[in-house]
Amino acid sequence: MKDFSNLISAIEITNKTNAKIEALVHYFNTAPDKDKLWLIALFTGKRPSRPVKSNLMKEWCMELTKLPEWLFLESYSAVGDLGETLALLLPNPKNTIEKPLHIWVDELINLKQKTDEEKKVYVLQAWNGLEAQERLIFNKLIGGSFRIGVSKKTLVNALAKLSGIDPNQIMHSIIGNWTPNSITFDDLLNGEHINYDKSKPYPFCLAYALEKDLTDLGNENDWQVEYKWDGIRGQIIKRKEEVFIWSRGEELVTQQFPELVAAISKFHNDFVIDGEILAVKDSAVLIFNDLQKRLNRKNVTKKLLEEVPVGFYVYDILELNDEDFRAQSMENRRVKLEQLFKENTTDILKLSEMIDFKNWNELDALRNDARSFNSEGLMLKRKTSIYHVGRKKGDWWKWKVDPLTIDVVMIYAQKGSGRRSSKYTDYTFAVKNQDYLVTVAKAYSGLTDKEITEISKWVNKNAIEKFGPVRTVKPVLVFEIAFEGIAYSKRHKSGVALRFPRIKRWRKDKTVKDIDTIESVKALIEN
Amino acid sequence: MKLVKFTKKGIYCIPGKFYLDPWYPVKYAVISHGHADHARWGNQHYLCQNDSKAILKHRLGKDISIESLGYNQPKNINGVQVCFFPAGHVIGSAQIKLEYKGFVVVFSGDYKTQPDFISTPFEPVKCHEFITESTFGLPIYKWKTEQELQQELQNWVLQNQQNNRTSVFLGYSLGKAQRILKLIEHVDDVFVHSAIHNLNTAISNSGIDIPKSTVITSDFKKENVQRKIVILPPALLGSKLIKKIPNAATAICSGWMHIRGNRRWKGVDAGFAVSDHADWEGLLQAVKATEAEKVYVTHGSQAVFSKYLNEIGIEAHELKTEFGDEEIADKEPQKSATL
Repeated sequence: MKDFSNLISAIEITNKTNAKIEALVHYFNTAPDKDKLWLIALFTGKRPSRPVKSNLMKEWCMELTKLPEWLFLESYSAVGDLGETLALLLPNPKNTIEKPLHIWVDELINLKQKTDEEKKVYVLQAWNGLEAQERLIFNKLIGGSFRIGVSKKTLVNALAKLSGIDPNQIMHSIIGNWTPNSITFDDLLNGEHINYDKSKPYPFCLAYALEKDLTDLGNENDWQVEYKWDGIRGQIIKRKEEVFIWSRGEELVTQQFPELVAAISKFHNDFVIDGEILAVKDSAVLIFNDLQKRLNRKNVTKKLLEEVPVGFYVYDILELNDEDFRAQSMENRRVKLEQLFKENTTDILKLSEMIDFKNWNELDALRNDARSFNSEGLMLKRKTSIYHVGRKKGDWWKWKVDPLTIDVVMIYAQKGSGRRSSKYTDYTFAVKNQDYLVTVAKAYSGLTDKEITEISKWVNKNAIEKFGPVRTVKPVLVFEIAFEGIAYSKRHKSGVALRFPRIKRWRKDKTVKDIDTIESVKALIEN
Repeated sequence: MKLVKFTKKGIYCIPGKFYLDPWYPVKYAVISHGHADHARWGNQHYLCQNDSKAILKHRLGKDISIESLGYNQPKNINGVQVCFFPAGHVIGSAQIKLEYKGFVVVFSGDYKTQPDFISTPFEPVKCHEFITESTFGLPIYKWKTEQELQQELQNWVLQNQQNNRTSVFLGYSLGKAQRILKLIEHVDDVFVHSAIHNLNTAISNSGIDIPKSTVITSDFKKENVQRKIVILPPALLGSKLIKKIPNAATAICSGWMHIRGNRRWKGVDAGFAVSDHADWEGLLQAVKATEAEKVYVTHGSQAVFSKYLNEIGIEAHELKTEFGDEEIADKEPQKSATL
């Protein structure tokens, strides 16, 4: 595992993407085939299931270090990552074990069936034979996320540099269905597996937030404008009588939406379309909170299907009868899309409406009105644009409605995880409810590092608890928070749920007397 | 016996009528070391260890009333015997031992038990009561040896040179900067910020050997600095000066860099766990070596460390102080920045 550990070190010691790519290329040039495949798998979230419960690992570590549990937990909350906490706490190794990455992974896969006692012997032996960084990697191989500053894109670029194959194709190749034991490295890069894979999605084309004046976009006639919807971006694939639904997180979510599958199955032709999964009732789009009730369910009950019916608003067509359409213009793709929906009719799938407008200044009013029917704002797409891979500036813009804002007071602070584990970065906020305070939101972004440092110092001085990850603080610090939407909620004590709350700014000019009341917050729902 | 009491102005020695590292101006201040949260401005009289004298004068003013003692060289103040012992924290850093009628209290100041190449190594002192810091009071903190750090820092510089990059270290101007200089001595030319340079000059003038470096001014010539080594105070992260350095690779040197999340926090390239404070084992060894009946735990993880000491049978109490943590100091003291 030395070479893999060295690669991690090389990646961690630089901020420059090029240096990271260099390090990856070097690894791909020198490591055994199977190790390379596992590296790609691990960095893209394809990991074997956890063979050892994290609680057991914690227990064994406490046994080895003779630390009391509370001190272990304090350490954990300072580090923010279990695998790293273990690696840091364990005594120095007495032996050296050197095995290639894929052997470690294979052993861990086999470990799953073993008894806890056998697992313990194996893990303790490994801990005692690996130095700190290798030990961290070993713990990460067992479970937990592999966040080490290499994005999928960086990995793809490294593989493209190595092989000379088009990065789009590589992206396509590595996100699909393959396992390190079912393919060779060369076959993976050459995409030997993807022709056979009917379910293969395309990388989504993503938009940047509009940051300039509309007039800078040029001629109105060059742009297609649609509403932006707040659901789950999805890709529906119908190939050879089979239907697959992918979410933007590259997750296969077909089972969660049987009504979409039923509707699509009746369509003629094979195709891949891009759109938004939304909760839709009586032709009206419901808020995201409603859609959330449908997500990640093992069983979708009849009752739920009736309570929260789902629809699909179609934005784009990427493939029709095996022909890749992504290099065609938006305008052409739209024509094809309309044609497809002329030949096939359904209530559940609806074409995204194109907004008719003559000049730019009409759009602002439309955008501001969007929230009234649960749209997030507008999407502007250049009619000549191809369907890009990922986020590309210039052709697609999202132009959201201005967020709602309220003033709130901080009542709890919690340390962040990973990068932010040394600071209090996650805050819980409250508004007034007569003489009391009631929690309305948790938020953890929007402040500068400097502000976070200042707040962390304040929390350290003003916290009521001394142990554990959460600190109750005096209600003193006032913040303006922004959010995309608001709805009544039975699950929340305050009776309301905010969508995407984040800190807009720290209101040092305000005190707890100036914050919003629950009544003024609820009044936002009615508007 | 009550030899010291903890007041708003700081730790006060009752019979001696003086304060230890007070945070508000007093008549007589006994100072553990030169960091701004320990040696504050405005006291009428200062007593410190010999090697700290030049630093205090440099930071607090040439005309302060100050006297100094060597390590192990006692002085009687109002019947209290005051004596400095090496704390291994920075140049001139001392633990302050107070002895009165056979009763001994030791105030650790900031300390590090592992030897480095530049400060006088830590020496444990037996006492009845020990006042200890606890900056890195969690068992996750375990430092590498100075030799290992030397290897790590030098490899990084060499790697940068191969990639045609300039190595920029960020470290506090008193302590960390001199330690880095020593760790990378003889590798290549080193440029330092004026705050570090002036301090180095003051320390060198008092007869302590500091590796050579050149001061970097805002109008420096890029070709002179290219591929070399630069040391700057942490506050300069994101400054114009650092942006002007050609092809810079940046590294923070601080004990907090022991945790991966912290290394990623500041958006620098690398983080090296070079700490001037004791790690967990260091704190425990130091406390045990004093054989103290009672331990007071100040700045850092005082809640955690004192709870743990009590659990292993050492009576410990938390003590709230105004001492900070220069390891994460975002701002250098203004005094030295203007000098």
